[in-house]
Amino acid sequence: MRDEDVIELREPELSAAERLYLPQIWDGVKCTVRHMFSIKLRNETVRQYPEDSRDTRGEVRVANYRGVHRLNKDPDGRVACVACLMCATACPVNCIHIEAGESPWPDREKYPVKFDIDELRCIYCGMCEEACPVDAIELTPQHDLVGRTRDEMIFDKEKLLHIYEETKALKPRKNPAITGYG
Amino acid sequence: MWDPAVKRVESILRNWRVWLAVIVVLPVLAAVVLWLALPLYKDPAANILSNPIWFPIIVAVVMLLSILTSTAVCILAERKLAGFTQDRKGPNRVGFWGLLQPMADGMKFFFKEDIIPHNVDKPLFMLAPCITLTISLIGFAIIPWAGDVHFDWMAAGETVSTQVASLNIGILYILAVGSIGVYGIVLAGYASNNKYSFYGGIRAAAQMISYELPMGLALLCLLLVCGTLRLEEIVNQQAQTGVWYVFVHPLPFLLFLTSVFAEANRMPFDLCEAEQELVGGFHTEYSSMKFAMFFLGEYAHMITGSAIMIALFFGGWHCWGLTSVENTAWWAMLIKLGVYIAKIAIFIWFFMVIRWTIPRFRFDQLMRLCWLALVPVGIVLLIATGVLSAVMDLQDGWNWLASLAVNVVVLIIMLAYAARSKTSITGRQGNMPDVDVRPT
Ligand code: SF4
Ligand code: SF4
Repeated sequence: MRDEDVIELREPELSAAERLYLPQIWDGVKCTVRHMFSIKLRNETVRQYPEDSRDTRGEVRVANYRGVHRLNKDPDGRVACVACLMCATACPVNCIHIEAGESPWPDREKYPVKFDIDELRCIYCGMCEEACPVDAIELTPQHDLVGRTRDEMIFDKEKLLHIYEETKALKPRKNPAITGYG
Repeated sequence: MWDPAVKRVESILRNWRVWLAVIVVLPVLAAVVLWLALPLYKDPAANILSNPIWFPIIVAVVMLLSILTSTAVCILAERKLAGFTQDRKGPNRVGFWGLLQPMADGMKFFFKEDIIPHNVDKPLFMLAPCITLTISLIGFAIIPWAGDVHFDWMAAGETVSTQVASLNIGILYILAVGSIGVYGIVLAGYASNNKYSFYGGIRAAAQMISYELPMGLALLCLLLVCGTLRLEEIVNQQAQTGVWYVFVHPLPFLLFLTSVFAEANRMPFDLCEAEQELVGGFHTEYSSMKFAMFFLGEYAHMITGSAIMIALFFGGWHCWGLTSVENTAWWAMLIKLGVYIAKIAIFIWFFMVIRWTIPRFRFDQLMRLCWLALVPVGIVLLIATGVLSAVMDLQDGWNWLASLAVNVVVLIIMLAYAARSKTSITGRQGNMPDVDVRPT
């Protein structure tokens, strides 16, 4: 380590007034009171959530907002996922559970018999979306999900497909290219 | 099926007109009931409102209920003000302007699961919150809420005192009750069987022992001048001369104020529950209503503390030109009570402003502030006031100005000394070693 790399940090010397502490308290109280009585500041800062959210203001970036997952359907209405387990592997918190089965359709080998995502465990990182080779799993702009029990928050295949139906108007499925699968 | 009904109730409760109506109608209703009921008690012999035994009980019940309610309101006020200082709006969902939030909070506390951890000392664990709440409430007993009052049906010149108990050891009672208050916290810390809680309890005990001293010294300065321990007489003296004791003893008032902050465990002295260091301190293991009792206890302590401070230093119910000792009509009583409550509200506001302004002290700073600043100043003030009151009668005429002058002189000397000394009062740079941080 060179000498000029060393940065010497010292506590700043306090002035006499600062050592007394009382003037500092006075300054602090002034600041507190200023904010306390400033309705203008308050109204500028606060947005009332359900009435005035980014959804209602149309500020949500639909393309890359990371909300609840959906499972896309291909144009034939079949689940687009090919059960390659890439997303389950990529997921940093292991919250995707897939059971693969032999596909009934000739154009692919496998399809997911079960597809569960634990939405409580998910950290909404979007890794699954990145990993998917057929763009079957995607994160939607929908963020206000609630449930009464933990089990309710484990979304299964039907629910994920249903979310696709709900959100496809808002965020249509991108052209799934890479693999040529539908 | 429920949804429309709930929505309807919600929209009614969020309408400010409903609240205005309630605020107007309720007192009118109460007045009508009183007006109808009072003639029943015209017979002086059967009249409990002029009976010196029954009247304090009525005062006690009324005051207890209103204080328990006002702690809830205090919590709402705290949350609102906390929001305001941080440029937020605070709770504003339940009822108009969030006015029903205390009810929602209370209901939530009731329905929470009451967890008693396995290894706690059960009896003490249950006892601790009760002690905290009770002790912080019984301070109310000696507060002269509205002086003496004379009702129409009483014999001429006869009055009853709007005070639960007129103790001749009033101020000693304050000190005693104040120092028992810490038992709840210490017991909670001990019974929780958890080292952080225990540490919180120990901190509370040490803090309490230290801050009793400046409080006692401040009270002594006051006593030297007023010469009585009865709270109502102290208030009457201030009302008669029109000079509140805060003008006679500004510095003792500051000492007392600081100590009350410390005794109520309010920021910046809430070391016993320091969330960042002690995971909540003494109330870590508490849940549900037991936690709520600690919470209520803290706010009740705040209200008691301010009420006592107002009686001692701010003239109690006295306000120049508005209330006087001689005027004992029942409407004067209401005005006096209003003045008292207004003063308490101002104090509580002040408590909250301080809480959201000053960060928590470190423990050594806390001790240094007490032993190296407050106690010496208290002793000096005590000597000065003693000498002064030996020379002249401070109650007399304009003599109180002498006491004020002495206070100012002491303040200036203290500030000059503190500004000259190398160490700050909070010890920030006191023990900093002069190390060379360069690697060798
Ligand atoms: S968003 Fe991240 S955490 Fe959630 S399922 Fe996908 S990879 Fe897992
Ligand atoms: S990565 Fe895509 S195709 Fe593969 S299992 Fe996950 S969702 Fe299905």
